[in-house]
Amino acid sequence: MKSTTASQAAADLAGADAERKEPRPDGRGPRRGIRRQLPTSPWLFAAPGLAIVGIFILYPFLSTLNNAFTDKRTLIEGDYVGFANFQELWHDEMFWIGLRNSTLYVLGVVPALVVLPLLLALLVQKHIPGITFFRSAFYTPVVASIVVVGLIWVWMLDERGLVNALLEAVGVGKAGFLSDQWLLLLSAMTVTVWKGLGYYMIIYLAALANVPRELHEAAAVDGAGAVRRFFSVTVPAVRSTMVLVAALSSVAAFKVFSEVYLMAGPTGGPAGEDTTLVMLVQRVGTGLTGRVGYASAISVVVFVVTVALMLLVLRADRKEDA
Amino acid sequence: MPAWEIVLRYLLLVAVLALMIGPFLWQLSTALKGPHENIFSSPPKFLPSDPTVHNFERVADTIPVWDYALNSLKVAAANVVTNCVGAALAGYALARLRYRGRKAATIVFILAMLVPVEGIIIAQFTTMRELGLNNTLIGVLLPGCVSALNVLLMRNAFLNVPYEIEEAAFVDGANVWQRFLRIALPAVKGTLAVVAIFAFMGAWDDFLWPLIVLSDPDRFTLTIGLNYLHGTFANDERLVAAGTVIAVLPLIILFACLQRYFFRGVGEGAVKG
Repeated sequence: MKSTTASQAAADLAGADAERKEPRPDGRGPRRGIRRQLPTSPWLFAAPGLAIVGIFILYPFLSTLNNAFTDKRTLIEGDYVGFANFQELWHDEMFWIGLRNSTLYVLGVVPALVVLPLLLALLVQKHIPGITFFRSAFYTPVVASIVVVGLIWVWMLDERGLVNALLEAVGVGKAGFLSDQWLLLLSAMTVTVWKGLGYYMIIYLAALANVPRELHEAAAVDGAGAVRRFFSVTVPAVRSTMVLVAALSSVAAFKVFSEVYLMAGPTGGPAGEDTTLVMLVQRVGTGLTGRVGYASAISVVVFVVTVALMLLVLRADRKEDA
Repeated sequence: MPAWEIVLRYLLLVAVLALMIGPFLWQLSTALKGPHENIFSSPPKFLPSDPTVHNFERVADTIPVWDYALNSLKVAAANVVTNCVGAALAGYALARLRYRGRKAATIVFILAMLVPVEGIIIAQFTTMRELGLNNTLIGVLLPGCVSALNVLLMRNAFLNVPYEIEEAAFVDGANVWQRFLRIALPAVKGTLAVVAIFAFMGAWDDFLWPLIVLSDPDRFTLTIGLNYLHGTFANDERLVAAGTVIAVLPLIILFACLQRYFFRGVGEGAVKG
């Protein structure tokens, strides 16, 4: 939940900044703060926030970058070792498994989260009786905590659980959703998508509200059917929202932890084959013998790929505009 | 809309509803099933033949679930207060006050928002240990107690309040605290409510950070306690199910009461993108 709410801030921030640069109606230039006040008070206002963010976000960020080049352990300060951690990563099979799974997660989850919530938003867009109930109900998985969601699905997908019982009842037979390496990853992806649908649905709903109704009417008069209108009116109108959703969901998917941890267990499923990068960070870096330096090196890889993913998605957006 | 379209819409809505709500109901049904009822029956039975609350009592015998819930509640409530106060103060400073370094302060919050928490979690833990606060609820609370995201949300809310009202108060001799408390704050109630909801849900739901910072089972929050319950007693699904119901019910009730604010706030945020 915490990471997903970043969209509002990002969106909000862009909006407010645009607003701030606009001249005021009376032509007095951009808005300014009130001039006279006690010289200390602005800092008193900002101090608690700055202190928390500085001590618990920015300082740990910088020390992660620093630690990545040391052999620091939980109880040992450690020395600088240059790029040794990264060289070790290169030969670490677990690291490649983690990178593979986190990457697969992005490839599996993002297309579903770009497309399905849009269809869902179109379904709940029209104001028909009871629609508020449906909207809230579809949002419930977003509200439920990831641990609850994970455990619900562990039970549903259990060998003797509901899904297998239903599959057996219709004669398909059981599947090892939680024991087969690849099915487990796929199951975790499904849970991520299931939990995220409502959240992105709301974002699309807001975007759809801004599509001028006239466009649809004009297209309808021209004889375009529903499918045609979807692709030639709706999709272009919400394209920038689709890019936003792709960016947010790919960054979140790459950093997946809880779903896979809960469904595959702390060691990441059979022979650790379902470990993701953040699970590896948690496993390697914690405990009394935690290799803080090595875990930090993996974290640096997570940062770099996350930033790269953002740039990639935004770049793809710009190319299409040109 | 033609009649067939309305029917089709409702059919689809009900189908999706079953997919989104069904798993929760199945969990509730499992939690209500008695010890002699077969929970693995095929075909599965949705309604418990002999509903009982016995499993909820058994969870409490197995793990101190009410203590865990209380721990979660403490952290979540504290998180709501600190985020509302801290983010409102800082947001006001960024939006409305004028001083050297305002831009720098804004950039600090933007940078902090962009840092992925998953990547700094080990260093956060090391920092917490240096402060001697690991394995405490304060340690669980502190890193998110004023989130940069909420500061920026509040900043934008304050920016949207007409400036003239505050100017008038200034002319009338109101000092900065009076302007903040009497004029600016009441004008951004909606955003404050959204911040409060996010803060509560974020703290109540958080898993990775408490998992790392808490080691003593006496101090677990509900999510960590549930994971512990699942790991230790995975063989009794009724127990785990009852535990998850205890964890999710307060949130669903909170959400049902506040959903009006919620959708408005979330919608507003997204519209601007």
